[in-house]
Parts: sequence; C-alpha cells; structure tokens
Amino acid sequence: MRGHGPESDIVMSSRIRLARNLAEFPFIRKCTPKDRTAIATAVHRALDSLPLSADTEYVDVAKLGDLDRQFLMERQLISHELNESQGARAVILDPKERFSIMVNEEDHLRLQVMQSGLDLESAWKRMDQLDDQLESKLTYAFTKRLGYLTACPTNVGTGLRVSVMLHLPALVATKQIDKVFRALNKINVAVRGLFGEGSQFMGDFYQISNQTTLGKSELGLVAKVQEVVPRLIEYERRARDFLVSESRQDLHDNVSRALGILCTAKKISSEETMHYLSKVRMGVNLGLIEDVKIPTVNKLFIHTQPAHLQKLCGRKLSVTDRNIERANYLQLHLSKRSESENN
Amino acid sequence: MKCQHCEKPATFHITELTEPSGPTVLHLCEEHARTFLSSDGTATPASALASLLAKQLKMEKVAEELAISDKKTCPICGISFADFRKGGRLGCAYDYVAFEDDLEPLLVNIHGALAHTGKVPTNQSGSPERQHRLMQLKSEMKEAITREDYESASRLRDKISKIELDDESSWTDDALEEDMDEDQDDEDDTFQADPPIV
Repeated sequence: MRGHGPESDIVMSSRIRLARNLAEFPFIRKCTPKDRTAIATAVHRALDSLPLSADTEYVDVAKLGDLDRQFLMERQLISHELNESQGARAVILDPKERFSIMVNEEDHLRLQVMQSGLDLESAWKRMDQLDDQLESKLTYAFTKRLGYLTACPTNVGTGLRVSVMLHLPALVATKQIDKVFRALNKINVAVRGLFGEGSQFMGDFYQISNQTTLGKSELGLVAKVQEVVPRLIEYERRARDFLVSESRQDLHDNVSRALGILCTAKKISSEETMHYLSKVRMGVNLGLIEDVKIPTVNKLFIHTQPAHLQKLCGRKLSVTDRNIERANYLQLHLSKRSESENN
Repeated sequence: MKCQHCEKPATFHITELTEPSGPTVLHLCEEHARTFLSSDGTATPASALASLLAKQLKMEKVAEELAISDKKTCPICGISFADFRKGGRLGCAYDYVAFEDDLEPLLVNIHGALAHTGKVPTNQSGSPERQHRLMQLKSEMKEAITREDYESASRLRDKISKIELDDESSWTDDALEEDMDEDQDDEDDTFQADPPIV
C-alpha cells in the first residue's frame, strides 16, 4: 500500500497466504484451551530457534485491547476471525509489514506475505522460504495424496490463496466491470467487489484470487492469477483513456469536487471518505489532480479507518468525534499536500 | 434500508460477483460489512460450502444415504459428518481419512481435482494415519500397564518409539500396512521392518 511496485497506479497490493496445521493437535474447532496454548507455545518456541525471530515480534493477541486488535486488522496484519475469536492466539509481525503469521486462526497457522504493487512471484518466493523455515521446526499435517490438510476443505492441498487488490474506478464508471468479471469467473478466478457498482459509496476496489487450492502447484496457482491481472489492468487503462477522451471536463470536475469535499468537510464518515478518496486517486493517476501524490492517498485510505484515527489521537473516540477527527486529519494532509508525502 | 443481518441501517452495498448464479447485492451495516470484507478471498467459506454441500447432496444422495454419512464419526476427534456439514469445518486431520468417501465428491466439486501436485514438506511424518496409529498404540500401552501386563507394555513402548524416531522415508503407507498385519497375526516382540514373505 506504499504506492510503489509494478503497476501501482492500479494494483494496490499483492498478497499470498498459506494455511498450515500442526500434525499432533486437532483442528481449531476441536481444540481445548490447553491445546490452543500448547500450539501457541510450540510455534513461539519454533520461532525462537529460527534466525527470523531476531527481526520479528511475537504478539499475544489475547492480551491486546480492542483498539490494538482493530488497528492490526485495519492494517490487514490479522484477520477478522483472529480479532474476534477467544482463547490463546497470536500474531508474529515483521516490523516492515512484509509478512505476518497468525496462530490459532481458522487453521493453526496462517502465513501471509504482502507486497506493494503487482509482484506475485517474488511474494511467493519469500513465502516459500518462510514456510521452509517454520517447517524445519514444526510437523505439519500432510498427506502425499491431499497435500496440506486444512480445517476447511476449500483450502486443502497447497493451502494457498493468491490475491491481488485492484483499483478499477474507470471500469466501474463505464459500467463494464460486471462484464469483465463474468468472463473471469469462468476460469476459476474469484472476484470480490469490495464496494460494488450501484452503491452510493464505493471505493472501487476489487480483489482477484484463486478459487481452488488442490490439483495445481503453487506456481501454477500464482501464474493463474498473474495472467489475469495484466488483462484487467489493460481494460482499466482503456476505460480511463475513454473517460478522458470522451468527457475530460466532466471527469476533471468530478475528481476536483471529490478533493474539495475531502479538504473542506467538517464531519465525514469512513465510507464517504473512501468514496471520495477513490475518485481523487483516479484523478491523480490521470494527471487531473497534480498536487497530491499516490502514496498520500494510499496512506489516507488506511489512516482514516476508525482504530487508526483513535491511535493517532491517542484516545478512544465516539463515532461523531471520529467523523470530526477524520475531517480534520484529511484537511491537514490534503491541504499541506507536498509536506505530507514523506510522512 | 436495513442491514441484512441486523437492525442497523445498511451503509455498505456490496456486489458479490463470485456467486455462480450471477452477481448478488448485499446490503450491510458498517460492522457486518467489515466482517464480510475482512474475510480472505472466499467471502463466506462456511455458507459457500454449505450451499455446495446442499447442491451435491441433493443431486447425488438420497435421504437414506445422507443419514448414513451423517452418522459417521471420526475415531480421533469425535465429530460426525453431520457436525462438519453444519459448521463447514473439520475437527482434525484424521477426518480426511474417516470421511474419505463423503469428502471426495465434495473436493472434486470445489477443486475439480483430487490429487495434490504442489509443495511437499521435507518432514513428512505429519500424516494423520501415523498420528492415529501413535494414539492407538499409546492407549493400548496404557491399558497394558493398567492390567499389569508389562511384557506387552514394553513391546508397545518400543513400537511407539520406533514410529516416533522414524523419519519420513520409513513412515510410508506400506510400513503402516505391515505394522497392521503384524498386529493381527504376529506375536513377535519386535517390529518387522522387512515385508512379510508371502
């Protein structure tokens, strides 16, 4: 989300996750509190004996307060499931947020590697190494026939989910998005519209990921998602060109108004913020807004979320106070544009 | 408009494009939208799985067969196939063995494949059969100790340590079968590493 990396005007991030379970314990739904603690201890101990422990932090999620957990969730370092569940659970964090390892999520281990922009192959390489390191100290539930065994049969085999987050505002604006995705669904690639067409508030973000995990190699699954993304980027670029050539003035007006609202509002919800930030992001990428940089916009998407705002303020805030604080924060960072880029 | 899952106003309107029946629109409040959006890739695995199961069962199974499947129970974790159908989550790795016949058509439905062709761990001792065998031997050893049959207990202890010490090369399905055979018709004190002579 730092706004660099290949195709970062359209691709927000690439993400790879692996599901793994320890052979000597039942899956999570049948774990006793004692089992959960034993799993967390086994993983912690394994980690301590690896070189990787020097640069990572083991966080006991059960001991964190609501706000800290939500904060980690907003940064996508932990999942909703890990945030909400009860009992011993943990996350191992890389200070640069290039990977995180969740312990006692839906599976005993959920490893994820994140990368700015489109770079799935190097994300997989890093993931493979991370997995090798842990596997040298832990025994995973595995059979030759079905591969890595997971709590949900939808993840069995490789346990791999490859996903790419795309910003596709022009495909949405030109009403082509459904058509494009219907074609994708036929080739077993899942698309989730995060804020879809027809809604009042939309961020125009879509996540592309593999639907199957069994029967293909990890690189095969990576390739499958990888081959779809350039086509989507191409469609989105064409749609942007079309918008500019057909109605540059309307588009310019539209994105400038969005920026205007973000700069001047006194109270603003996170949905509304996302809706207008999405427009601004497209405006910047098309050269219609010149004095805002993409890393600033990407940062605002994250920092205007509820837990981030409260962390930035250093205290708990009610919804109304958050809306006021969010408006202040946006104003500060969008009106002092050039200074905020490096923060 | 109200949220589909609670009484709060729906402020998020999400179009789910992955449904096989075509795009589905969801109307959710902020809290439920966050829950929905933070799941990873498969929006609602449990519900997706439930509908797959329902579809599959309707097509391929009559009520009688279904009742038989549902009653099957895993000897290790104790969940029944019905429990799995309800929650969409398995109870332990051995469920893949215990419910093999019922899971296979489901796996074909989900993945269009039945064989893993990806990464293989260096340490392959994590097979559920091996775990199952270890558990069996340990409980047999406990029983032997209780009835003060120390000869059997020590034989079982040796078997356990043999399995525990084995690396992946010697823990294969063949070795498991030999071990099982030995249990049935062999009174030898030691574990036979060589295949039985036919």
